[in-house]
Amino acid sequence: MLLEINDLHVYYKSYWYILKVLNGVWLRVDKGERVGIIGESGSGKTTLLKSILKILPQNGIIPRGEIRYDGKNILKLGDNELTKIRRKEIGIIFQDPMAALNPVFTIREQLYDIIKHKMMIEGHNPSSRELHEQAVKILNDVRLPDPERVLESYPFQLSGGMRQRVMIAMALISAEKLLLADEPTTNLDVTIQDQILKLIHKLVIEKNLSTILVSHALGMVYQMTDRVFVLYAGDIMEEAGTNELFNHPKHPYTQLLISSTPRLSSVGVGEGIKGKIPDYRNPPPGCRFAPRCPYVMDKCINMKPGKIQVNKDHVVSCHLYD
Amino acid sequence: MTVENVTTSTRLQKILDNYYVRKILLSIVTLFGISILIFTIARVLPGDPARLALGPRAPEDVVEQYRKLLRLDQPIYVQYFYWLLDVFNGRFGLSLVTFRDVLTDIIEFIPATVELIIFTLIIDVIGALSLGVISGRKPNSIIDNAVRIFAYAGIAIPSFVWAIILQLVLANWLDLLPAYGRLSLGIEVNRITGLITVDALLNGNLVAFADAITHLIIPSLSLAIGSIAQEARILRANLIENINKDYILNMYAHGIPNSIIFFKYALKPSMIPTVTIMTLDMASTLGNAFLVELIFNWPGLSRYGITAMLRKDLNAIVGVVLVIGLAYTIASIIIDLLVSYLDPRVRYKR
Ligand SMILES: Nc1ncnc2c1ncn2[C@@H]1O[C@H](COP(=O)(O)OP(=O)(O)OP(=O)(O)O)[C@@H](O)[C@H]1O
Ligand code: SF4
Ligand SMILES: [Mg+2]
Repeated sequence: MLLEINDLHVYYKSYWYILKVLNGVWLRVDKGERVGIIGESGSGKTTLLKSILKILPQNGIIPRGEIRYDGKNILKLGDNELTKIRRKEIGIIFQDPMAALNPVFTIREQLYDIIKHKMMIEGHNPSSRELHEQAVKILNDVRLPDPERVLESYPFQLSGGMRQRVMIAMALISAEKLLLADEPTTNLDVTIQDQILKLIHKLVIEKNLSTILVSHALGMVYQMTDRVFVLYAGDIMEEAGTNELFNHPKHPYTQLLISSTPRLSSVGVGEGIKGKIPDYRNPPPGCRFAPRCPYVMDKCINMKPGKIQVNKDHVVSCHLYD
Repeated sequence: MTVENVTTSTRLQKILDNYYVRKILLSIVTLFGISILIFTIARVLPGDPARLALGPRAPEDVVEQYRKLLRLDQPIYVQYFYWLLDVFNGRFGLSLVTFRDVLTDIIEFIPATVELIIFTLIIDVIGALSLGVISGRKPNSIIDNAVRIFAYAGIAIPSFVWAIILQLVLANWLDLLPAYGRLSLGIEVNRITGLITVDALLNGNLVAFADAITHLIIPSLSLAIGSIAQEARILRANLIENINKDYILNMYAHGIPNSIIFFKYALKPSMIPTVTIMTLDMASTLGNAFLVELIFNWPGLSRYGITAMLRKDLNAIVGVVLVIGLAYTIASIIIDLLVSYLDPRVRYKR
């Protein structure tokens, strides 16, 4: 087991209230496994990924939970060990590459710092020639034409597709074991989405990386993952092998999510379910899906459903299966 | 049209496309407009400048003659035309108070003001940067709250009041710093540039240099406090906002050391709005300098300017206003250059 998350709670504090977003999330990723996380906008997917690297914004707190990576709890790790994991082992592709690249520094400046600090933790202080070679190589790896020009550029001078490739290049520097990809195609032109997906797919296979692919594009997850977790309003609703999940969904939310997506192969987004994500200031005390669930029962209102093993490798959190 | 013509006109087009060329041209037009405006206002205001200059007891025919000499008997546009001719010949017209050319007067008085403003800017930049950084680094800490209280006071209290407070406390009560003037009695510096600190260094006179600095501190500080307060608050707000941006979290995700993240990747983008508002602060500093110079008996342009207003010294009024306009133009160009250095998006748009 490479990564195992148990009972993870994440809150966002503001001056006036607390948003109780993640509500006891669990997750596991085996070595070499490609895991998908699906769920509609606002369900906490990005929050979950950021927690794994402990890079939540400053108002994000983790009051409870455990994130075991390679046997060690990331939340309790000392600075040195955490730095090593961040520089060498886990990489993240942010949702919006424009937002994730510093607007006032060139790609060169940002990429060099990342490469340099990674090499430093390997006990090597690179010369600027080495940095340059590495940067060009890594940009070639993500099929960026004219790496020299890209290095000289500021983010706003690149196209959306190029920015995403730079983002992937950065993530790959650090992702020697685990790659976290947060909706890597949603901010791109439809024509480029497919190219980027294929690129990620190829790189992951080539480097034998474990991955977590976050998306609300179900078709993409269906094609690219071995196992899927369904996240809704900060709770994992269902977990199963990809085929099993898409062909025999058990949880009412998963069923609605899948049936509301027109064609599984398309990049469609499953948000045709009536109602909205609950208010995180005051979320439903029992099942968080209860306000929207067509099968809601009395006990759903006040009692949070547990993890129910319905099948080998298929877990649901729903009172229907008690 | 010949080929040569085409290339000349596209070349001209290119030069005009340059942001700074446009900006400088625009400033020249603006200064020109200001000169017409002030020239006219100074002349249509009630009061007879010739009479004021010569005093109540001068005989009427002498005054009349003086009026002719100043061309006050001619229409304003004719007067303006002659004034403009003067300007192109490097003269700003005669001062009715000192009976010298206004430019000569300005050259004599301006170094004291320039020195004050430059020192104010230095204090402003150092103060705003350090207060902004220490409060933005640890929001809501004790030190941040202290800076907050200081900033509210700094913004709310006008600089001439600060001048009086600081003069009272630092000079009169604590006796730490001199209360008036540019140099202590008995210390002298040969005038080279007119900036005493620079001249003292050029003369190799360190005692005079230190003395000049101690005289600069209170006036500059009172001028700078308002800007420091405002700029520090803006820097703090931007630091706090930017430190949560994905481009910063991305650096954390790669295990980049905190100090590099803060002082390099967060500070640079956060400084842009701060530097941008310095243009506005500069305008108020130039205005406030008038009162502060009076309070500290600072022999700069403002005493000259205020006397000019009171005595209706026509040419001096126009000269002083133009010089201030020019100073503001220069300052805003420098700030523009700074912003475009910090922000590539602006640089490439220009
Ligand atoms: N820094 C923050 N402060 C306060 N609330 C936040 C913060 N970041 C996220 N949230 C809130 O937390 C909830 C979950 O956000 P998150 O970005 O994790 O969702 P997501 O599943 O990634 O959504 P999307 O598909 O739109 O990216 C949302 O309600 C969001 O508004
Ligand atoms: S627990 Fe109840 S409310 Fe929640 S999904 Fe199951 S049936 Fe619906
Ligand atoms: Mg997200």
